Amino acid sequence: MNGIPSSDWLAIAVFIFFFGVTIVLGTTVVHWRGKVSKGSAAPQPHGGEGTEDWGLGGRQFGAWVTWFLVGGDFYTAYTVIAVPALVYAVGAYGFFALPYTIVVYPFIFMVMPKLWKIAHANGYATAADIVRGRFGSRQLELACAFSGLIAVMPYIALQLIGIRTVIEALGMPGNISLIVAFLSLAAYTWLGGLHAPALTAFIKDIMIYIAVIAAVTIIPLHLGGYGAMFDAAAKVLPSPDGEHVLKAGQMMPYATLALSSALAAFLYPHTLTGILAAKSANTIRQNAVYLPIYTIVLGLIALLGFMAHAAGVDTKVSSLVVPLLFLKTFPDWFAGFAFAAIAIGALVPAAVMAIGAANLMTHNILPKKYETVNGSRVASFAVKLGALLCVLFLKADFAINLQLLGGVIILQTFPALILGITKIRLSAFSLLAGWIVGSVVGLSVCWMDGLKPVHPLGFGGSSELVSTGLIALVINLVVALAVNMVSVMISGKNKGTVAAQ
Amino acid sequence: MRYLDLLLLAPFVGLLWVPFYNLQAPALFGFPFFYWYQIAWVPLTSVIIWFVWKKGEHS
Repeated sequence: MNGIPSSDWLAIAVFIFFFGVTIVLGTTVVHWRGKVSKGSAAPQPHGGEGTEDWGLGGRQFGAWVTWFLVGGDFYTAYTVIAVPALVYAVGAYGFFALPYTIVVYPFIFMVMPKLWKIAHANGYATAADIVRGRFGSRQLELACAFSGLIAVMPYIALQLIGIRTVIEALGMPGNISLIVAFLSLAAYTWLGGLHAPALTAFIKDIMIYIAVIAAVTIIPLHLGGYGAMFDAAAKVLPSPDGEHVLKAGQMMPYATLALSSALAAFLYPHTLTGILAAKSANTIRQNAVYLPIYTIVLGLIALLGFMAHAAGVDTKVSSLVVPLLFLKTFPDWFAGFAFAAIAIGALVPAAVMAIGAANLMTHNILPKKYETVNGSRVASFAVKLGALLCVLFLKADFAINLQLLGGVIILQTFPALILGITKIRLSAFSLLAGWIVGSVVGLSVCWMDGLKPVHPLGFGGSSELVSTGLIALVINLVVALAVNMVSVMISGKNKGTVAAQ
Repeated sequence: MRYLDLLLLAPFVGLLWVPFYNLQAPALFGFPFFYWYQIAWVPLTSVIIWFVWKKGEHS
């Protein structure tokens, strides 16, 4: 397809070996975990008691497991394919992923230990649980739960697309392989729960590190160093002038997209699941210090977009930039290894996403009687099936657009979840009003702009592009504050203070 | 401790004010300033978070 060179059996064999081993390890995790990790209670594979174990790994992941789990879950395979693809297409502008994944850590350090403590003390497993506990409002709980669910589904679809991309690059038929990948993912989460991605995340990370380090050392050596690489890329993507890197009009969207992505990143069900599964608040603080190591790798991965230009990769299908670069510069067996790394890199986050979504379904949306391990398993299966149908019957572009809308949607849960832990007291009603207005405005603006993540705003005569999610969040906050002030003036006392206790 | 927390705003200021680093020169190991400046913020942010965490624990 699309002129992809068909690779030989060696690449395919290496790919199948690594992918298969990971699936088998993840699926059988309940059988070998007790023997490997000391001191942890044996999990209950069946029955209704083990939802905390299946959905949150029993909240006992230490610093190392959390590092691999959150890292494996936040820096997904889609990142490995999409970030270089964006850099390949638009140049330096695509680098906004870097400031995004740096400023997210001070935010995690300040906010997440507090959320973890609230969740740990009350047995909460989801963002919607925390919001319900804080405000006692079923409507606000449902608003957060549905936002999370809608936002995470296209994200899972993108992971499946990531798997399909590398399988197709190996010259195998896409849709059949996709169904095989889906079934592997289903078995893997059904049996292993959160332990499956947590304990196989290290395989994914080590493989990704090997592939990326090989790429960022070997490829520039071929090309004559990083300076030559930047020069070669500059021929295809010229800088605006001799002095600057971004065009003047790109700076505002660069900064606001970085900020809105960072604020949204840990509101998603999958990232929050990784955080809440930590053993202690200090485990999270420690991870805020050490997780940025992944960001260095992300910066190097982004450079693959420039290397593709320097290496003469020429394609219109941007998602194929990285696979084509690997096939062009590596021996077949190593390309197979790198593709397996990407596929496993999709499997780990997809599993955590499905589990996070299942937690939302069983805890916050469905009636209490479904809050069992099997209920969660069925819910996570349903979510994955939805994602699979998205991939099979909709275009890849559509999944990407949905994921963009998902980012706008999830950001609207920020006030309810994050303001809930500060000293600012807003009533559930005002937060709900903010959420509705923010979501409606954000989605319609995005829709009217033809599904672009940025919207032009006037600043003293000149117009600048600003992240739509961020605009909607500001509107959301303003509405929430205004409604709260009005209701305080009417009733004479702050309902939020009562509800907060 | 409150004042110490303000250090955590440094990465936001350093990275979200783009005109400050939207420059080709000076290059480092072939990397234009724009790229190595942002990559340099990664270890710097780790150190800042670690410092705020450990100092905050002792005070």
